[in-house]
Formats: sequence, C-alpha cells, structure tokens
Amino acid sequence: MGEIIVVTSGKGGVGKTTTTANIGTALASEGLRVVLIDTDIGLRNLDVVMGLENRIVYDIVDVVNGNCRLKQALIRDKRFESLYLLPAAQTKDKTAISPEDMEYLCKEMKDDYDYVIIDCPAGIEQGFYNAIAGAEKAIVVTTPEVSAVRDADRVIGLLESSDLRNPKLIINRLRPRMVRQGDMMDIEDIVDILAVELLGVVQEDDRIIVSTNRGEPAVMNLVSPAGEAYRRIARRIRGEEVPLMHLEESYGFMGRLRKFMGLC
Amino acid sequence: MLIDCLNRVLGKAAPNSRIHARERLRLVLVHDRAKMSPYFMNKLKEDLYSVITRYVVADADKLEVVLNQSDRVVELKTSIPIKKIRRDYLERTKKTS
Repeated sequence: MGEIIVVTSGKGGVGKTTTTANIGTALASEGLRVVLIDTDIGLRNLDVVMGLENRIVYDIVDVVNGNCRLKQALIRDKRFESLYLLPAAQTKDKTAISPEDMEYLCKEMKDDYDYVIIDCPAGIEQGFYNAIAGAEKAIVVTTPEVSAVRDADRVIGLLESSDLRNPKLIINRLRPRMVRQGDMMDIEDIVDILAVELLGVVQEDDRIIVSTNRGEPAVMNLVSPAGEAYRRIARRIRGEEVPLMHLEESYGFMGRLRKFMGLC
Repeated sequence: MLIDCLNRVLGKAAPNSRIHARERLRLVLVHDRAKMSPYFMNKLKEDLYSVITRYVVADADKLEVVLNQSDRVVELKTSIPIKKIRRDYLERTKKTS
C-alpha cells in the first residue's frame, strides 16, 4: 500500500515542482516505486523539470476522459525504472478534472506504487482542491519571505479544514549568509510562526537552475547542497531520523575545494 | 555611524530586517487567521458573553468584538453595554470573603 502525498504552497514560485521532482527522484533512486502527478493543468512544468517533456503522448485529462488507460499515460523515467510521471494537460484548464477524478486516480495507483506524489498548482482555487482531494498527507513548501510564509499559513489552515491534518513544512531557498547577517528569517522564526512540523530545509543553490536547465533533478548531483537536502527529506519521508544539514558547510570536499578556488 | 553611511551608499538594507519580517508576519497572521473563519470571531463572542453574564446582565445584541490594529499590536476591542450588575454575584463574594 502506497502513501499519497500532495506538495503545496499557496504562493507560486517557491519550489513546489522542484520539490516534487527531487523527492520523487530520491525515493525512486532507492528502488521504491514512485509516481509523480502534475495537477497544474494549463501550466504544466513537472515534465520539463524531470526532462521528460518529449515523451508525453497522453495526459491526466485524457485518462479522466477515458481517451486512454492510466498505464498508457504514465511516462517511465529514463534514469530510474521505478519512477513514473503522469503529466498535466497543457491545453485545458483546471476545471477539466474534478476532486472525484483525483480521488479515483489516487486509489487506482495506491496499490501499485510506494509513493504517489502530487504537484499542486499555486493558488487556492479549484486546482488546489483537485490536487489535495486524493491525498493522505501534505507537504507545504515555503521560502523565508513574508509573502510566502503568509500564504503557507493560509494553505495550512485550508489543508486542516479539509482533513489533511499535520502537514509537514519544507523551508526552501534559505540563504545561510543572510540569516547570519540578520537579514532573513531563520528556521526557528518560520517554524514558530506556522506551528507545524519541519520536514527539511533546502538552501539556495545555483545548481538547481543548472539542473532544471538540463532536466536532471538536483538529487542526482552529489555536490549540490540542495540535492543533499532533498535526499535527506526523502529519507525522513521514509521514516528515518536524519539530522538537518549544517547550512553552507555541507558542500563536501570537492565543493569546498572549488569554492576555495573561486569556481562557484 | 560611518559604517551605516557606507552601507547606505552601497545600498545595503538596514540591519535586522529579519526582525521586521517576523513582526510584520506575526501581525498579518493575527488578522488572516481571525478572518479566515467567521466561526472564530463568533465563537469568541459567544464565549465572552457567557462568561460576562455570570457577573452582569449584558445586551447581547449590542455586544461588539473587533480586532484593532495600531502600529505594533493587534488588540481585541470589545464593547459590552451592561444593563445591570448581578446582585447574586456580589452576595456570593461577600460570603466567601
């Protein structure tokens, strides 16, 4: 029996899709069976972040409308055999599927996969309610900014009133140097304000942009601090107790050497 | 002083914008959370009324409970028109003292 997790945030651009791609890839790299669902209909992106955009034949709306079977729409990842993507439709809008459709899809996949990870669209309209309909657990992604944390708070309230209690928090794009200088909210500030359990902290990392450019999730890059943070998050999702990273001190030997030589 | 000037010239933000962020967020969330569910304010009003009526006879229709924001704090302002003070309460306190 698999776990169905929705990745949400309220505010756009805080890293939901990157988080979905990286957690999914990290879990699949451990041999677990994972399916990622992009529910951002009309603005699909998970396919490009995963580097699978050229392989799409059918999408989630095709499945819901009965144009194809679920198995036909699932795209198998080229690097990890046990990783699949169910892409969003690009030409339709959020009303093309319903919460009942999502519940049905999640139920269909629950037995065949260890993790079903749903990438939620930004906002709190129909698309949000579709994305969370079939989920059993929720992850809320925020960045250390007033606007993002405010939206996260709103989303946490909505999740709880939709019976997704105890969502877990990922603080993304933290800049340790700015925190040290007193110019960015710290982990404690945010956790204290939102009063939810922390799942992980991902520091700002230029390699995320490089990895998105290439369509290779950062967890595949062994020197990327963000990749390391996501690998740890994946292990926590599996139930392991993993300490938080020492921020900015976790580049590894090669990373430190490169930094020392001014290469990054 | 000199460092402050230099920082300003270099376009650096005033120190500790973290504190600003935290405080502004705290205030904004007081409002957000209170307004997010009408249930919250109504329930608060109801519970306040039930406590107050142990001591006074209040006019339930004119009971007002609002959030007021000044610069630094959000305060809960209540206006409770009282019809009379309960005698039985006064008597009870006399006995115990």
